[in-house]
Amino acid sequence: MGFLTGVVILAVVVAVALAAGWLFRAMMVAILPAGAGRTLRTAPPAAGFGMLVILLYILVALFAPLIAPFGEREIVGPEFLPWGDTHLLGTDNLGRDMLSRLVYAARNTIGIAFVTTALAFLIGSVLGILAALTGGWLDQLLARAVDVLMAIPALIFALLLLTIVGTSIVNMILVIALIDSTRVFRLARAVSMNIVVMDYMEAARLRGEGTWHLIVREILPNAMAPLVAEFGLRFCFVFLTISALSFLGLGIQPPTADWGAMVRDTATLISFGDVTPLLPAGAIALLTVSVNFVVDWQLHRASGLKE
Amino acid sequence: MPHVLRMIAQRLALGLVTLFVVSIIIFLGTELLPGDFAQQMLGQAATPETVAALRERLGLNDPMLVRYVDWLTDILRGDFGVSLANGQPVADLIGRRLVNTLSLALYAAAISVPLSLALGILAALFRNTLFDRFVNASALTSISFPEFFVAYILIFLFAGAGGMFPSMASLRGDPGLGEYLHRAFLPALTLTLVTTAYMMRMTRAAIINLLASPYIEMARLKGISPMRIILRHALPNALAPIINVIALNLAYLITGVVVVEVVFVYPGLGQLIVDSVTARDMPVVQGVALLFAGAYVLLNLTADVLATLSNPRLMHRR
Amino acid sequence: MSEKGGRLLEIRGLWIEGQADEDWVPIVKGVDLTLDRGEVLGLIGESGAGKSTIGLAAMGYARDGCRISGGEILFDGIDLRAASEATRRSLRGRRIAYVAQSAAASFNPAHRLIAQYAEGPVRHGVMSAAEAESDAVDLYARMRLPDPESIGFRYPHQVSGGQLQRAMTAMAMACRPDLIIFDEPTTALDVTTQIEVLSAIRDIVDRFDTAAIYITHDLAVVAQMADRIKVLLRGEEVEEADTRTMLATPSEDYTRSLWAVRSFARAEQPPARDATAVLSVEGVTAGYDRLDVLRDVSFDIHARRTVAVVGESGSGKSTTARVITGLLPPRMGEVRFEGTPLPPGYRGRSRDQLRQIQMIYQMADTALNPKLRIRDLIGRPAQMYLGLRGKRLEERVRDLLSLIELEPDAHIDRLPSELSGGQKQRIGIARALAAEPRFIICDEVTSALDQLVAEGILRLLDKLQGEFDLAYMFITHDLATVRAIADEVVVMKEGRVVEQGPKADMFQPPHHPYTELLLSSVPEMDPDWLTDLLERREAGGAGAGAAGT
Repeated sequence: MGFLTGVVILAVVVAVALAAGWLFRAMMVAILPAGAGRTLRTAPPAAGFGMLVILLYILVALFAPLIAPFGEREIVGPEFLPWGDTHLLGTDNLGRDMLSRLVYAARNTIGIAFVTTALAFLIGSVLGILAALTGGWLDQLLARAVDVLMAIPALIFALLLLTIVGTSIVNMILVIALIDSTRVFRLARAVSMNIVVMDYMEAARLRGEGTWHLIVREILPNAMAPLVAEFGLRFCFVFLTISALSFLGLGIQPPTADWGAMVRDTATLISFGDVTPLLPAGAIALLTVSVNFVVDWQLHRASGLKE
Repeated sequence: MPHVLRMIAQRLALGLVTLFVVSIIIFLGTELLPGDFAQQMLGQAATPETVAALRERLGLNDPMLVRYVDWLTDILRGDFGVSLANGQPVADLIGRRLVNTLSLALYAAAISVPLSLALGILAALFRNTLFDRFVNASALTSISFPEFFVAYILIFLFAGAGGMFPSMASLRGDPGLGEYLHRAFLPALTLTLVTTAYMMRMTRAAIINLLASPYIEMARLKGISPMRIILRHALPNALAPIINVIALNLAYLITGVVVVEVVFVYPGLGQLIVDSVTARDMPVVQGVALLFAGAYVLLNLTADVLATLSNPRLMHRR
Repeated sequence: MSEKGGRLLEIRGLWIEGQADEDWVPIVKGVDLTLDRGEVLGLIGESGAGKSTIGLAAMGYARDGCRISGGEILFDGIDLRAASEATRRSLRGRRIAYVAQSAAASFNPAHRLIAQYAEGPVRHGVMSAAEAESDAVDLYARMRLPDPESIGFRYPHQVSGGQLQRAMTAMAMACRPDLIIFDEPTTALDVTTQIEVLSAIRDIVDRFDTAAIYITHDLAVVAQMADRIKVLLRGEEVEEADTRTMLATPSEDYTRSLWAVRSFARAEQPPARDATAVLSVEGVTAGYDRLDVLRDVSFDIHARRTVAVVGESGSGKSTTARVITGLLPPRMGEVRFEGTPLPPGYRGRSRDQLRQIQMIYQMADTALNPKLRIRDLIGRPAQMYLGLRGKRLEERVRDLLSLIELEPDAHIDRLPSELSGGQKQRIGIARALAAEPRFIICDEVTSALDQLVAEGILRLLDKLQGEFDLAYMFITHDLATVRAIADEVVVMKEGRVVEQGPKADMFQPPHHPYTELLLSSVPEMDPDWLTDLLERREAGGAGAGAAGT
């Protein structure tokens, strides 16, 4: 009986999500200019839902102080209050308002993950493209170095480096960006390798074009699609890593609100059948699922166009 | 054949070099650690004399190169040093936990590898049907979930009041096999869900990638059945990427268990490394990291060799 | 059941649609086709004519993204469209077999040839595995494959292209089908290899009295193989007649225009030996790693002259181009431009030296950056070398577009993907012209194009040469192109120049034996050409026969 209701609820949730995605897509197609609208029309409802969720997350992150009923670090009542009228989602282990912290955490966690991903991309893609373009010893050196760095499992490497440099937000950003840039490097190099052997690259070289022109005009426009998709995937990965570190108490440090740490703080409630710890965890899951749905659609599109 | 052997020998050498470089990076970790190692070991109350004596005994005054060689030879003999936190030999701390971590990984792999291969092949066979879409969307969803979300959902569903499985995977009292499988079920299931999704998607993609090949069309035009086309014509050519992703996930099972072990309070290496990072207990972190890196390199190496052996172009030269 | 003359295949009003974005567009529009037992029908047409699609439809098969939307396909009385998938599968490979264009891609790289041979007969329950394997050896011998006893135990990558194509024909024959579809089986092969494959295919089809549909874009080839020819254009039938009638008296204009292509020949240019050559290659030896790909290659190219460099794959023609452009510095010898030695590597050359030597590529698809608009593709060299900016640059681009006979307003802001193959190749020409060079390397510029389009490109290049005093180096494997456009010919084989001289001399005997082999291997429109040639080779020179393997 319980199982059956569970399935029904799940089906309803999925149906509502897909309907919302469909509506959102229809709305965007109507608003946007013809070109972008045409592309959007090929999006499946799941991707539409993903875009809707991402948009909502960005809005929440931007306007966190306006949305949150209480302050981020404000202790507003006793610990572990159940859900109620003043505190819609109750309070946490220190008596802070759960809902407010969820809202503020959107800003912190997403912001930090975004900065980290962007940094990883800057390092990884610049070096990757350059390695593919110049070849020779620079390429060999970078490729071998990345091979070695990638031979250390990511989370363990992060833990090792964090032990050395100590846990702080800046350190965490740098460490994760460094580790992830190796993955970006691999992709950027592989993608560029395929472009570098094209005849139009040969034509450009024989024309006497400089490195800068080759990268900006010849390689980047053609490498953009896979790199953008990779950005989405990397963001999810970074986001999950940061959340995992925070959950382990090694990432974003209190009193800064963060979803991973919030799960850890309220975890004990789960044994009492209280779903509160699932809320921040679900917030993480919902965002990564949404990004993945959008990326999946983009990758599908890119591969479809090739055929 | 000699060619293949030479390739394998090259891979092995490369693996050794990688491990060597990794050991240097890990060793440098201690060097870069702010503060004095001997001081940390003895605590703030120690007198300068005892600190100096300890420095001498630990060889901290030797040049870096000498200390690296000493450290490495010690490790090769199984001596990982002494924990800063409780003074126990690191090897003792690791020993039992290593077995626990490996058993959990084995438990999860035994379910997830066959399951993901079967699902991936079926999804490729019935591509673009409702079944395929359902499996694919579920896989994408479970990849996106943080492990602790999956773990807590499973606890919420199966370990609440009167639940079927324990939420704490304690191994106290040396449980028998049946009891172990029961107690470790939820952590194993969490790991299974996450890795199955990855492997299944990659298996499906690797096979579907090949379905546009002219030789697959040729097989269709020879009147071969769809199942046989997938199993005999596509799968052998998709082995290399599939082997790689399996190795990657096995490596993940060993190294990525950290979060799952913490959620379920499972006494494995993951728990140990998290506690040690918090305490900045460098010798323990070094030892565990080295073990993990070794396992990782070894698995990737095996995958590389297997992928080479699965490629007739490399096995049978012109 | 298998008496000759009975109707084997009957297709009526066949419609096939293909998916383009979200819509279905017709590819084949109401084609009828009949085939009797033991008969060979040639399907001919340019790309997009729908010939392969029709061939596959004869097996009741449509590729992914295609669907058979109308008409009837009756194979020996069985309605393939109405039949169940299981029925169709039991026919495929057993009674109707398929031979694909690229044997290298159509053999599964993971299995030995003989295992792939045996799979069909065993799966269809025609033979046991052991019977199939001994049968394979027999057919391999009939296909004149070397070492028929052992060749089956090799993997596809261990066997050459021409041999693979014969092994695939043997595989198609495994169940002794009533009908074989040959889908451009020799298009990817060199001319000398093509002959062997053609004669082997013809013999085995004769021997087992198998009906066949032979698909190709090459008229001369189909003339050797087919009893009847059907000409297709954009999914519709143009005309159909028996081979000799079709060749002698085609009734439709389109067919006549296909025939006429090969008659294009450029006016003879007067020898211009007075001045120094625009480009000279002097004693060049070059290669990769320790392997020499070119050995002591020398030739001159003068202004307003076209030198055709001819040879089969692996002869070193493209490597010569790489040495001239400076992508591959030679080990010995040098390249001179108007008497001045060029620095060996392109990085060492001045901007002006780079400007003077331009290149047009075989595949316009990969030669044009797909993300740049025509304006930038053509404009960039003019901007770089001639310093044109703004309005003057735009004017120059428009002039160039007019020169290559594309309407400027309609094309200047397009992306390469919005152009046809021939138009893309024209953009490649305009990009080379924009640099205002003296010398252009044309690397197989017409071999990826249909005959009519290729002819347009050749005419354009000819016109431009006169207008701008250009010197051309024309890399090609196609002797018809050489006849059409060259003033002088350089024949290459295995990295060496085997013969060179004015075109008139080259096409007159006596030849170097290799040139003779090349020349005699080019199929001719005469339906008896292959038979005659084989007889001549049988009777005559050992030289030509030996070089043929």
